Amino acid sequence: MSTHRNPWLTTVFVAFVLFLYGPMFVIVLLSFQGPTGGLTFPLTGLSLNWYAELARGLGVVDIGAALRRSLALGLVVMAITVVFSLMAGLAYRKRLPFGNALFYVAVASLIMPSIIVSLGIGLEFRLLDTGLKWLLEAVGAQDWLAQYTTTMGLWTSALGAHLTWTLPFGLLIMFAVFNRFDSSVEEAAADLGATRMQTFWYVLLPLVAPALVGVGMFGFTLSWDEIARTSQAISDVNTLPLELQGLTTTVTTPAIYALASVTMLVSFVVMGLSLWLGAKLAVRRRSPSAH
Amino acid sequence: MALVFVGFFVVPLLLILMVSTWDYNEYEILPAFTLANYAALFEGCGSPDGTCVTLLTYLSTIKFSLIVWFVTLVLGFAVAYYLAFCVQTLRWQIFLFVLCTVPFWTSNVIRMIAWIPLLGRNGLINQTLVSLGLIDEPIEWLLFSEFSVVLAFVHLYTMFMIVPIFNSMARIDKRLLEAARDAGATGWQTLRYVVIPLSKTGMVIGSIFVLTIVMGDFVTVGVMGGQQIASVGKMIQVQTSYLQFPLAAANAIALLLIVLMMIWGLTRIVDIRKEL
Repeated sequence: MSTHRNPWLTTVFVAFVLFLYGPMFVIVLLSFQGPTGGLTFPLTGLSLNWYAELARGLGVVDIGAALRRSLALGLVVMAITVVFSLMAGLAYRKRLPFGNALFYVAVASLIMPSIIVSLGIGLEFRLLDTGLKWLLEAVGAQDWLAQYTTTMGLWTSALGAHLTWTLPFGLLIMFAVFNRFDSSVEEAAADLGATRMQTFWYVLLPLVAPALVGVGMFGFTLSWDEIARTSQAISDVNTLPLELQGLTTTVTTPAIYALASVTMLVSFVVMGLSLWLGAKLAVRRRSPSAH
Repeated sequence: MALVFVGFFVVPLLLILMVSTWDYNEYEILPAFTLANYAALFEGCGSPDGTCVTLLTYLSTIKFSLIVWFVTLVLGFAVAYYLAFCVQTLRWQIFLFVLCTVPFWTSNVIRMIAWIPLLGRNGLINQTLVSLGLIDEPIEWLLFSEFSVVLAFVHLYTMFMIVPIFNSMARIDKRLLEAARDAGATGWQTLRYVVIPLSKTGMVIGSIFVLTIVMGDFVTVGVMGGQQIASVGKMIQVQTSYLQFPLAAANAIALLLIVLMMIWGLTRIVDIRKEL
């Protein structure tokens, strides 16, 4: 194998990594800013002051509620992405009617500018609202009409918007997995008398489990940080990243760094858990006891 | 899965197309066919005193896209090349690759905010330069400027170049490089005639990602531009907040057409379907 050393490229690479991580490191450091410190250096001491401030709440925004909403939405998006990607991956192993069309739609959904997707979903639900209101009026259901506000929300339009972003990633990962999948193990299981359900639970699922963990991690982290697609497709209850974006213009204390650090911590915990779980499943796959 | 894409992707797109031809007034949209929303894209152009705001916004967005595309392509190529050919062992290769991709899974807004303590008027860079005596006054254009927008884009999206280019390069047979060297090619010649043609697919895929993201962006331009710089995505967002949905929809369709033309142009260079 020929590898050549190139000091110039090494410098570029190191500089790039510093460029990637430097700013993140700086805000984590500044989130421990002393009580008199500001948004920039110098550090006036180390304290947990701004985390305490964050726990008390930033102005009118209920950070805790937004955090819980984002967490719940992320977990649901993760679950749906994993299940749907696995089912789609399995379906694509046979000839699927409209399989090609679905694949192109998925790729288009991935590269479509998010603002367009978001606007479209927002419009869809607004028109649905108009239609439903008209319908309620037509049948004379005045009580319902009075209570009715909108179909748009966290669990309808925002969930859909997140899925248009996470599902293509999940689908592509499953494609990569099943392209390399050796189906002779399934035949062996069938020859040994396993039913199709048994083959699925004891052979196929353990084999693809590490990849599914990866899909789940994509699902959660992409949803956790998503802004662009959610922005127009959610009514007045915002997710955490949307609140954070709003806060960039109004909050001028290191409390925002504390919030950013907490958010990053969640991302890193999820990544760490996924890597750990993925590695564990991969080891079990290789060890003879699993067979 | 098909239902999700139909319900949340195909139908919304068709609705945008439909609404883009509708009329509107101050508080509601009226289902009546009109092309006025498209005509509004060119409002104020042509006449000598015209401001032509909308069209200029498109031009500025395209300008940003091209700058960011160029920088990320060169940087992404260099980093991918380093990972693919200069790193000795597979273990290191995987580690460094993961190191480059981890930030992708963290929040974009946070990574933008993270520049503020560095670039701000009293930020680290200005403080350093002033204390070194290199400049007397803090540089104003570091933050909330076109510079900071481009910087943030590069920071956020070079990853989209690195991954596909690295993927292409990893498939290149190393013996080809040796053969080129044995045949007397210089380093640059090997790069020009062997590496670049073979990693073209990755470069095109990365370019599609970066161009479509930057063309549609409004968050980065908003946060890093101090809400002062216009972009097409931002315009659409502002129009929806004023409930001018048909106008926003017309802009979305125009944006979509431009992006599709870019993708079409790029796929002329490489047939991606063949290479997958």
